[in-house]
Amino acid sequence: MGAPNTTPIWEHAGWSRVPARIYTDPEIYQRELDRIFYGPHWSYVGLEVELAGPGSFKRTQIGERSVIMVENRDGEINVLENRCAHRGMRFCQERTGTVKTLVCPYHQWTYNHDGKLLGVPFKNGVKGKGGMPADFELSDRGLTKLRVARRHGVVFATFDAATEGFEDYVGPDVLRYFDRTFDGRALVLHGYSRQRIPGNWKLMMENIKDPYHPGLLHTWFVNYGLWRADNKSELVMDAHGRHACMVSRRSETVDAEVTHGVTSFRANMKLNDTSLLDIVHEPWWGTPTVCMTTIFPSVILQQQVNSLSTRQIIPVGPDKFDFVWTHFGFAADSPEMQARRMRQANLFGPAGLVSADDGEVIEMSQDGFTQDQEFSTLCELGGTTVENTDHMVTETLIRGMYRYWREVIGL
Amino acid sequence: MRFELMQLYAEYAACLDDGRFDDWPKLFTEDCHYRIVPRENHDRGLPLATVDLIGRGMLLDRVYAARSTLFHAPYYQRHIIGAARVTADTTEGIAAETNYLVIRTKRDLPSEVFNAGRYLDRIVRTPDGLRFESKLCVFDSELIPNSIIYPI
Repeated sequence: MGAPNTTPIWEHAGWSRVPARIYTDPEIYQRELDRIFYGPHWSYVGLEVELAGPGSFKRTQIGERSVIMVENRDGEINVLENRCAHRGMRFCQERTGTVKTLVCPYHQWTYNHDGKLLGVPFKNGVKGKGGMPADFELSDRGLTKLRVARRHGVVFATFDAATEGFEDYVGPDVLRYFDRTFDGRALVLHGYSRQRIPGNWKLMMENIKDPYHPGLLHTWFVNYGLWRADNKSELVMDAHGRHACMVSRRSETVDAEVTHGVTSFRANMKLNDTSLLDIVHEPWWGTPTVCMTTIFPSVILQQQVNSLSTRQIIPVGPDKFDFVWTHFGFAADSPEMQARRMRQANLFGPAGLVSADDGEVIEMSQDGFTQDQEFSTLCELGGTTVENTDHMVTETLIRGMYRYWREVIGL
Repeated sequence: MRFELMQLYAEYAACLDDGRFDDWPKLFTEDCHYRIVPRENHDRGLPLATVDLIGRGMLLDRVYAARSTLFHAPYYQRHIIGAARVTADTTEGIAAETNYLVIRTKRDLPSEVFNAGRYLDRIVRTPDGLRFESKLCVFDSELIPNSIIYPI
């Protein structure tokens, strides 16, 4: 008992001291769902290559709302909410498939691939009795149809009619890197990995806006120069600071300044088999060997040497999220290149040599926030301001995201 | 043969559950193939594996990585391996399918089902006894509880 706590949740000015409660509070989380995931933002839904012609679908989620990406007979892609207009059933349970119509099995309400309600049983009653009221219109009862943006084989959707166009949403600086990987080439689907990480969803966005940790936490990155503080790099944000790219070039030699005192560096590490590091430069890379892009709020686009994936973030309450990896290649890849991409996939995913531990540290951060809600993190590497940089010894991208987040959430 | 096969699986479970990871690659042939694959990818013929190791050298590297380079919360594993269903038994070797369950116990926490699936194995006779030539762990578990560090 005592006086109500009147301390503001976010008591520090700026964006460099992030309070623990924004990772744990159910009310803030609900506001995030409403204003971010269901608000004027584009969320990742999938790759066009995941669909296989008219009637083929993939079920996924935006925030906690289940949606179906489905191709219609004209080759258009629709994203429909997986909730029957009658009694609210999440009727689609398979993850993928091909259907003539979408049918809710409870009362057989039937929708077409555009989400239009085609018919309901006993609409006009039976033997003149019962049935729907006279003012019932099929056209009033379709599935919720989201707005869809397709760019070079990647599909995004938004619930909000007011969301700006996708290209404006991403902004020209980040879009340039989006197009570096997705330039319209035909893609090939390689498969999925799915993990549930017991931490707040923003921690994964932060992880890929944090160029400080890879050269410290991840031995493989340090030892083989894949990501290290001496790499030539640049950090790029959109005008709002919500999206970002971490772009870098692999170092072939080791600079003592960046390995001195770095406990994860293993000077004597000798691999029995080096085929994991059989890296072949692809012409479309240009100079950078890695580009990690965060498209707020729902997806990370990964190009790390020859390994390519999208990593979708699906929040499941304030203290956990599902993380879905979709690995892909290009239709023009040789069998050797596909095998190489699959071999390098050992570095990534839930068992990955440089990403299994990201999930682990996120879980431990969440534990730390839970044990003391009055705590605030310190994100002041490189100062307290938000700007693009030509180095990676900074937490500017995390500050950029929270500058935007505070505006949207009103905290 | 049946007895030897049981013994191989028992030794496989024991070395992983005891944390004797250096003994794990010894149960494979030199040019072995070890993969952990979500059932979804396996059933759809998609090539992505969660772990994909070719040759004993890569198995040794994975053991080194798990122990010395991958930061993680420590945990015990307990493998419950069912009876092997031998699907082929020729001079070239044995093909077997075996259900498995891995229970994970993290410090300070109750035990939990970590991974459930089946092994699709090819086993050959060597001068040292039966060895895995290939081991495919196809897991049903839709969501990996955070991460997989050690072999399954």
